[in-house]
Amino acid sequence: MHGMTLAGIARALRAREFSSEELVRHLLARIERLDPELNAFITVTGDAALDAARAADAARTDGGGPLAGVPIAHKDIFCTAGVKTSCGSRMLDNFVSPYDATVVERLRDAGTIMLGKTNMDEFAMGSSNETSFYGPVRNPWDLGRVPGGSSGGSAAAVAARLVPAATGTDTGGSIRQPAALAGITGIKPTYGRVSRYGMIAFASSLDQAGVLTQTAEDAALLLTAMSGHDPRDSTSVDAPVPDYAAGLDATLEGLRIGVVEEFMDEGLDPANAAAIEAALRVLEGLGAVVRRVSLPSIGLSVPAYYVVAPAECSSNLSRFDGARFGYRAAQPRDLEDLYKRSRGEGFGAEVKRRIMTGTYVLSAGYYDAYYLKAQRVRQLIAADFRCAFEAVDIIVGPTSPTPAFELGAKVDDPVTMYLNDIYTIGVNLAGLPGLSAPCGFVDGLPVGLQIVGRAFEEGRILNVAHRFQQETDWHARAPGGAFA
Amino acid sequence: MEWETVIGLEIHAQLATQSKIFSGAATAYGAAPNSQACLVDLGYPGVLPVLNVGVVRMAVAFGLATGATIAPRSVFARKNYFYPDLPKGYQISQYELPVVHDGRIELRLDDGSRKTIGITRAHLEEDAGKSLHEDFHGQSGIDLNRAGTPLLEIVSEPDLRSAREAVAYMKAIHQLVRYLGICDGNMQEGSFRCDANISVRPFGRHKFGTRAEIKNLNSFRFVERAILFEVERQIDILESGGSVVQETRLYDPDKDETRPMRSKEEANDYRYFPDPDLLPLEIGHELVDEVRAGLPELPWHKRDRFMDAYGLSEYDAGVLSVGRAVADYFETVAAGLADKKLAANWVMGELAGALNKAGLDISASPIRADALLSLLRRVEDETISGKIAKEVFEAMWAGEGEADAVIEARGLKQITDTGSVEAVVREVIAANPQQLEQYRAGKDKLFGFFVGQVMKATGGKANPALVNELLKKLLAG
Repeated sequence: MHGMTLAGIARALRAREFSSEELVRHLLARIERLDPELNAFITVTGDAALDAARAADAARTDGGGPLAGVPIAHKDIFCTAGVKTSCGSRMLDNFVSPYDATVVERLRDAGTIMLGKTNMDEFAMGSSNETSFYGPVRNPWDLGRVPGGSSGGSAAAVAARLVPAATGTDTGGSIRQPAALAGITGIKPTYGRVSRYGMIAFASSLDQAGVLTQTAEDAALLLTAMSGHDPRDSTSVDAPVPDYAAGLDATLEGLRIGVVEEFMDEGLDPANAAAIEAALRVLEGLGAVVRRVSLPSIGLSVPAYYVVAPAECSSNLSRFDGARFGYRAAQPRDLEDLYKRSRGEGFGAEVKRRIMTGTYVLSAGYYDAYYLKAQRVRQLIAADFRCAFEAVDIIVGPTSPTPAFELGAKVDDPVTMYLNDIYTIGVNLAGLPGLSAPCGFVDGLPVGLQIVGRAFEEGRILNVAHRFQQETDWHARAPGGAFA
Repeated sequence: MEWETVIGLEIHAQLATQSKIFSGAATAYGAAPNSQACLVDLGYPGVLPVLNVGVVRMAVAFGLATGATIAPRSVFARKNYFYPDLPKGYQISQYELPVVHDGRIELRLDDGSRKTIGITRAHLEEDAGKSLHEDFHGQSGIDLNRAGTPLLEIVSEPDLRSAREAVAYMKAIHQLVRYLGICDGNMQEGSFRCDANISVRPFGRHKFGTRAEIKNLNSFRFVERAILFEVERQIDILESGGSVVQETRLYDPDKDETRPMRSKEEANDYRYFPDPDLLPLEIGHELVDEVRAGLPELPWHKRDRFMDAYGLSEYDAGVLSVGRAVADYFETVAAGLADKKLAANWVMGELAGALNKAGLDISASPIRADALLSLLRRVEDETISGKIAKEVFEAMWAGEGEADAVIEARGLKQITDTGSVEAVVREVIAANPQQLEQYRAGKDKLFGFFVGQVMKATGGKANPALVNELLKKLLAG
């Protein structure tokens, strides 16, 4: 059962090939057996999941909702009523949310059952899942390697078939990069497509919720359920949500695919590049036309991102002051001591680094040189994409410069770590939808293909990814050994 | 040396919405601590602000009333600092692009002169909560009911030149926001308060002196006192060769002095930046036109109209247009009378006196406008005299009923029948031969005595004009 896709599980449940309770029991047993090695879950909500599964089984009638009784996991950045919501931080280790995030609410309303909350880089700040207060997550393809981050727990759990799908968030690549490194499919929708309400903010103008799944079809099912306007999020866009699954099989005949010149240079691992080229041949075989496009300002995306994102995070994380919720230092002498020690002890090193960077770039005398300039760069990058999308319908390229790296390899070198997101960050800065799908292996480690579309054209990138997955079986490969 | 005072005010007007500026929690005053703070107000992880459109209409109304520019696009920004009554660690305000800018208001000063004060800007922001330092024995309590309450911060140009001008300006803004119905103006509850930026400079010098900012003044009297104290303090410093330090000060009404706030509280770099959780506020012509169409008559227009339409003096027109309630009251009364001055005198005289004595607002007057109108109609049609009307007014105030019922019950109807009055006049003259003789010998003052006797005999009900006429004729013999 655990090897099945989410769509396959949904069909099997409807056909009563097995019950939701049987499936949930099976997955909970796998989690219990395998997760101690992976560390993909921070919280497992077994009893509640079994209750929900039994309720789904009891309520199931022919033609029930497409996701009724389907188990998923939520990244621990999404608030879940009555369940610990830690955001991977000591700061929120004791925080039980009093409310549900809109994403959680909508996916539950669609019938899904939450198995638990997945591990992540602290406050989603990281590309390796090594900044988590709960320890690093391991990559099921090689337990000595990272699964990517920040949605590393979600990626590892789906790759190891502990759960068919999990939610994630992506501020600079935090869904796509771990999806690539774990050999699964991950989509970050257009900024504003999915409500951010109840998703603990890292960088509000970049954060976007999405999903990590085995296939594009699975992603389409979940995205249809979780998208749409939310009056509680002023930045969520009031545009109709298509049935993404309905458009999956559309033809790629004549589709204009752009390959970004700046991405296919010496920074990209040659074996990785070969996998991308092979994927392009497959898409050409389906009738697509590949041409080169240029994003002249894209090289500025990492520095611009590391001004904008820390600036917003420095403000967003001010609410964690030890006064109303979360970690509070013992025996504070006075107010200042309460603030300093609660934050000093509650946050990890990477979070502090970004808070300090962000505080600096917003300071009087530096604001224009850093924050304003970064915002201008952001406009340039968005304009580059707009220009490219006049010539092509979709942009395809690498998700990550290298496959999964070894645990600890980059943890002491923040800049090298930040360069992991060199292909993904520009997409966030421009607010566009992006997807990563498995497109090969290098030395036994998965490689991801990034597909980027115009704003609100998630349907198109899911369509391309789905057709690609009909022609290839990279997405169907799962880690062996204990995880088989 | 002669010194000139320069003052600019930052007025915080709490907008009269039912719910907060970025959440659905109620804004009612006086609720139990922390009972009106939802997860958004508490700054919980993951929550987001959603703008209350009501506050935008209110800001637009203020902008239109002050001839200001309504920004087609303004931006909410975060002002970052740590304080326990600021749950998110930042206040959402407007910084570089306020919703309203470049307005003005004309003051009419006590000496009859006029002066236009510039309004630099007015911006929307959320209020913080309240720190309660008393009653907690060395600790502080936090009440977040006020957190997220909508404020319009109205910033004047440094155009004010005295404490009196500052008070006149504050009163004019106070009157305006209440007219517009965008603020209840309740200063005890903190709905209307201001910070004053004060400096002095030698007369004739163009450059401003170094200013001090006096925070959180919540009465007209405190504004006046704080400015007077501060100006004197600054002049003393300068005249003894010192220099004024730019700082934030607090006014202590008990000691009637200003003193510096702890320097820690002002050594902040607020790191303003546009709030990424809120889209830029875009205001189209449609909304502006809609708000304009719904604007009430503004106080200065009403005052001018009262002068033109009712022939009132500028002073009377000013008093009767001080608030919408009193103006509406007056107009209801005046509309039913030919003698508009009669209406004005009664509203400003008997009624205002009685309300003042009872500590009542005109909206709570036991005598409603139409009831007073009924009474004054009886004066105008000579059913009763002005003097008797006061007696009727008192009876009405005490709840004895409407004017006609009181007049009837107490038998106060004026005697206007010439025959009856003449009979009384003749009786009075006959009963006072000595006075008659003296009067006829030239002691004119005794005329009043005869009037008094006639009134006494008729219980004050004789028509005074008729009494005069008859007495003149009959005393002459």
